[in-house]
Amino acid sequence: MLTVFLQFLFSGLTVGAVYALVGIGFNITYNATSIINLAQGEFVVIGGLMMWFFSESLKLPFLVSVAFTIVTAGVIGLLMERLTIKPLKNPDLMLMIMITVAVSILLRGVLMFSFGKEPYVYPSFTEGEPVNVYGAIIQQQTLWVIGITGFCIVSLFFFFKKTIVGKAMLACAVNPTAAQLVGINVSRMVMFSFVLSGIVGAIGGMAITPISLMEYDKGPMLAVKGFCAAIMGGLGSNRGAVIGGFLIGILESMTAGYIHSGMKDGIALIILLLILFFKPAGLFVSKTMLELRKF
Amino acid sequence: MKKEDLIAFVIFIVLVILLPVLSGSTYTLTVGIFSGINALVAIGLCILMGYAGQVSLGQAGFYGVGAYVSSMLSLHGGFPVVISVILAMIAAGIAAVLLAVPALRLKGHYLAVATLGFGEIIYVILNEWGPGGPSGFGDIPHFSFLGYTVDSTTGYFYLIWSLVAAVMLFSINLIRSRTGRALRAIHDSELACNAMGLNVVTLKIKVFILSAVYASLAGSLYAHYVTFISPSSFSLFYSILVLTMVIVGGITNLWGAIIGAVVITVLPELLRRFEELDVLVYGLILTLSLMFFRRGLVPIMIEKIKKLRGLAVAKH
Repeated sequence: MLTVFLQFLFSGLTVGAVYALVGIGFNITYNATSIINLAQGEFVVIGGLMMWFFSESLKLPFLVSVAFTIVTAGVIGLLMERLTIKPLKNPDLMLMIMITVAVSILLRGVLMFSFGKEPYVYPSFTEGEPVNVYGAIIQQQTLWVIGITGFCIVSLFFFFKKTIVGKAMLACAVNPTAAQLVGINVSRMVMFSFVLSGIVGAIGGMAITPISLMEYDKGPMLAVKGFCAAIMGGLGSNRGAVIGGFLIGILESMTAGYIHSGMKDGIALIILLLILFFKPAGLFVSKTMLELRKF
Repeated sequence: MKKEDLIAFVIFIVLVILLPVLSGSTYTLTVGIFSGINALVAIGLCILMGYAGQVSLGQAGFYGVGAYVSSMLSLHGGFPVVISVILAMIAAGIAAVLLAVPALRLKGHYLAVATLGFGEIIYVILNEWGPGGPSGFGDIPHFSFLGYTVDSTTGYFYLIWSLVAAVMLFSINLIRSRTGRALRAIHDSELACNAMGLNVVTLKIKVFILSAVYASLAGSLYAHYVTFISPSSFSLFYSILVLTMVIVGGITNLWGAIIGAVVITVLPELLRRFEELDVLVYGLILTLSLMFFRRGLVPIMIEKIKKLRGLAVAKH
């Protein structure tokens, strides 16, 4: 009984970690620009598929592949911002949504063209016996996923609280005009937010692929669930996105395990609608904050 | 109805009547039928985007609800086709209410993501639990009403395009009515509308329901025309396709939805050899038209015509 429960719990934590990273990715661009980048899911796919390309197809050493994958995702994020977001002169919300949707389709098209429709997988980061916790079998990669997510969260926390660039990005989020007046290059911060959110997504993709495989069209579902995670904690709050991500992951795997595997994808949508209905500001953001926002 | 709309409507009717007479080939008519089905979905999305300022990324979900509910009711439930089509429209309307009430009470991106999620989940459900699973099912009865069954290509062409005409007539009247004026006012300033006592949220929800009902009608017609359906026709890709139609045609003009639907339906026929690249091709079309061609075909055409007319008047 406990064994089965633990097994579901750990698989929930694993997918939840990726949702949390996607949610954080949404927050980074949302905080800097008020844009929800609906291409966020595609960056996770880019992470997984590029890692496969560098490590399996080109046979590069592990760390080199990781570095190359991160650089690729960062460059794609940069290009996306410079080519599609920056040229918008007076953006309205609907246009921005559609632009990010268009980019996500474009990215998906490029991924399908270069990788085809079949799923890809590569070996876990470390080989070794699975860990046994009260009878539940935990693959080593699960520990990697959770560890990497934890590392990302902690480094992002320090980045935004302790470094001058991080603080500047937060300043742009609070008030772009005032940020500009104190000499912050707002345009560069916006660009940087896209690079950073792309990288965070790609890290999630690299970590999860050995467990759940990766194919070109996984992006939209990941985006929906990451968005649920972000909404659950309150858009803009990274702490909220992490808790939201893990909660959704666990609920999903419990549903799949105890009720029916086909229902697991529905859970996220139901949670999303319930939160929008009863607590639209999310669990960690006050109602007043929500009303003060531009969008 | 304004003069321009009346002229456009007459041209439209004449074209629809003439096409089967001028080019009776089954191929042309089939492409015409699919254009009409897509136009129904696009008109709904166009009202939602151009007049309520909201994006739906889940029209394929409502389209799928229409197709599956109507085919299952007529095939297994023994309902007459017309009744099943109407019941499917009601089902889609209810789904739309459940989505829109939470999502539209808030401003922002919520409807876009909620509909994206809805479309994806409908797709998963159809694959998991739909009859036949991923391979779908057939033997869906043809469209019939008052004892008359439509089973010829020409019959379907006229049936679908007369429904497009009816939906168009209704929609044009809607946007010229008090409701339509209110919708346009929302676009300019929500705050002012609230101050004037308009219930902005209710209006947006109504428009969203309307767009879902149109999509459901289109889905039912698709199912009864093709008589075979499988989940792959109702994936996110279809939602994006309809979005592209509306953008290419121009979101500020309902005729844009029809023109966009025809252009985007005919396009893959011309690009047969790029079949494997469809996602890439549509991604490019969508991105490029949003970047450089944001107003769409029809508004640009109207401006050109006005300019020409202005020149002609100036000469006299």
